[in-house]
Amino acid sequence: MQVRAIHLKLGRLSGVVKEALLFSYEVACEGTPLQGSRLCIEEIPVTVYCPACDAERALASIQHFRCPICDTPTPQIMQGKELEVAALEIEG
Amino acid sequence: MNTQPRLIEVRQNVLKQNDLLARELRVRFQAAGVYVVSLVSSPGTGKTALLEKMLTIFREEWRVAALVGDLATDNDAARLARSQVPVKQITTGTVCHLEATMVERALEGWNLEELDLLFIENVGNLVCPSSYNLGEDLRIVLLSVTEGEDKPLKYPTIFNTADVAVITKIDLAGAVEFDEHAAHANIQAVRPGMEIFQVSAKTGEGMDELKQFFRMRNAECGVRI
Repeated sequence: MQVRAIHLKLGRLSGVVKEALLFSYEVACEGTPLQGSRLCIEEIPVTVYCPACDAERALASIQHFRCPICDTPTPQIMQGKELEVAALEIEG
Repeated sequence: MNTQPRLIEVRQNVLKQNDLLARELRVRFQAAGVYVVSLVSSPGTGKTALLEKMLTIFREEWRVAALVGDLATDNDAARLARSQVPVKQITTGTVCHLEATMVERALEGWNLEELDLLFIENVGNLVCPSSYNLGEDLRIVLLSVTEGEDKPLKYPTIFNTADVAVITKIDLAGAVEFDEHAAHANIQAVRPGMEIFQVSAKTGEGMDELKQFFRMRNAECGVRI
């Protein structure tokens, strides 16, 4: 049985950079059962809850925690902090 | 034999172990009635200076102690020992942040029941500490007037994980032409509603307000601190 790929969800607010993770993945996997596997990263945008719109909205920028529609400030994060192994792709 | 690749759903947080341990720590802290506050900032913001001041002033009112993280030295613990409260150094080696397991290990031999307020000073770093929960009740992010008002915009993630911001070295504000309005606006941009304090560990300016904040937390948390 061989792991072909790891599917990872990576939020923009996870504190982890996609490029850095991809760069180190191959080295980290050497000599482990994951050697030769792919790392598939799905980047998760940051969404917040806007109390004025009563709706979940995608942030235009993580430097600007305001509703992109009505400009109400909101600190309530709905998604974007993920650093999660979503799935493994296995063969054999 | 089945050679078709198949997809197995995992849905597991990479930092699950740390999160689980942090949750255990929080339960322990709550059971012991100790309020835990962590400090994060870039190197040189004055975490240790502020902590020394807080320990000295707060010990009059509460039973306080501190854990201090540093890469290589125990200089900070030696400095903080002057405040005459229990202090323990966590030397991380090459690790650029504290993890819950380091906190758990450092607490060995301490009776949490004898404490009201425990401070945890993280390693000076505005990136990695944001991903690691330490079981703290409150996370304070520090920003000094000498660092530039746009620091919150450069490191939105850490400001976002913090509960309170403290602007340090306010006695130097005039000399470095610190733009208070811009700093506050930038903090509010990345963390709307965040409470902000301005202090000088050197002159003591703003320390009363900070102490008052902890008193109010005390009232909100009932018996805790």
